[in-house]
Amino acid sequence: MITARRLIIIAAGLIGLWQLVVLATKAPPYILPGPWPVLQAAIANGSTLLHHLQTTGIEMVAGLLVGTLLGTSCALVMIIAPLLRRWLLPVLVISQAVPVFALAPLLVLWLGYGMASKIAMAVLIIFFPVASSFYQGMRRTNRDLLELARIMGARPVNVLRFIVIPAALPAFASGLRVATAVAPIGAVVGEWVGSSAGLGFYMLHANARMQVDVMFAALALLSAVSLVLYFSVDYLLDKLIYWQPTQGVTHE
Amino acid sequence: MIPSAIHLDAVSLTFRDGSRLFDGLTMNVAAGRCTCLLGPSGCGKSTLLRLISGAADCHLDGRLRFDPDPPASVRCAWMGQDDLLLPWFSLLDNVLLGARLRGTLDRDHTERARELIAEAGLAGYEQALPAALSGGMRQRGALLRTLLEERPIMLMDEPFSALDALTRMRLQNLSCRLTTGATVMLVTHDVMEALRMADRIIVLGGTPVAIKTQLDLAGTPPRRPGDPEIIRHYEPLLEILLSEAP
Repeated sequence: MITARRLIIIAAGLIGLWQLVVLATKAPPYILPGPWPVLQAAIANGSTLLHHLQTTGIEMVAGLLVGTLLGTSCALVMIIAPLLRRWLLPVLVISQAVPVFALAPLLVLWLGYGMASKIAMAVLIIFFPVASSFYQGMRRTNRDLLELARIMGARPVNVLRFIVIPAALPAFASGLRVATAVAPIGAVVGEWVGSSAGLGFYMLHANARMQVDVMFAALALLSAVSLVLYFSVDYLLDKLIYWQPTQGVTHE
Repeated sequence: MIPSAIHLDAVSLTFRDGSRLFDGLTMNVAAGRCTCLLGPSGCGKSTLLRLISGAADCHLDGRLRFDPDPPASVRCAWMGQDDLLLPWFSLLDNVLLGARLRGTLDRDHTERARELIAEAGLAGYEQALPAALSGGMRQRGALLRTLLEERPIMLMDEPFSALDALTRMRLQNLSCRLTTGATVMLVTHDVMEALRMADRIIVLGGTPVAIKTQLDLAGTPPRRPGDPEIIRHYEPLLEILLSEAP
């Protein structure tokens, strides 16, 4: 996990670079505002930004939870029922051939302008990396371990619970990290297509009024929330996969 | 637990691709004794163990009998070259893996596991994860997991081959001590290991694979490296193996 100090240095570096670009290009504030005007806009519109952040945050977290739940369930079904897997796996692959963003207007049409369509959009984006990584992780369980379990006379449900699922957790974690990083995309794209709240909606709203500094403030807030979400998930996954030490320590 | 004898009567193995490994192999493994299978790589020693465990994916001609004949689900315990400890379980939980997977884990199992862990010199490491243990400690854990199964037959496929010489010798001693009275089939490439641990040695070789020689050893395992029985048989066994090696 990236340390807080390194994160601060990276953020400071990016802000410095941003200021340098503003100075070097001499771009007018309505094209590229500097960090200071953006900070002022963020403070001035603080309560509005927080209100919209709440909506986007709920959409991101709900999308992540539902997408993860559906993805892991789908992977488990494919492992438990080989007959279903033969039918489900091609459907899963075909579903990824459809550009998810192209579905956004349809989702808004079907589910309305509220949070449901944005959550659905996030779920669609999150579902595949989670299902795919978890399924592949379970499929790649060490054959010798499964053979050992068979010789031990293990019950299939216990093999799944104590061997197959834990063995797949590192692969699942990789998929979930990717899913967490892209979760905001689903929510924001959904808001762009049709909504009355959320940071995506607020960015469009500010754009229409040439409030570029407010747009940047919303973007910075969205990035910050995405980072918090990513590192929270990363921290929880590290706790969940406790047997993967970052440093090797052996006795004897 | 009553140890079982293993009898192979004119066994021939045919794999899915049509290749044959054994052609009328007859072998008897005495109950309650340690029998070592020696032979060059690829001669089918491990396949024979897998066949006895019921895991070999091939067609069997001839007869494979067990005397007494317990149900297949409780017949064998297995220990391989890899310790196969689950990295997410503590040493104690790994030793108890069989009972946990069968859903029969109880306090007696846990107490027995703790006793075995102490007997193997691992007291204090019960809650340690495998990643925090040395190779020798992990392999001791695997041995204890196999022992706790209390099966009539213990199948060991080169269990100590990945260890350094001293750790291997320590584990050979421990294994002999803890498996006294059990039917053990041990596959190894190491002539010294076979001579130290076995009551009987069977050397396999040739095409198709057949028994080249078998000998019963005097004395009780584990034998010291300077034991007269080891000195007497070491070179002749090595000569046979060298002549069989491709």
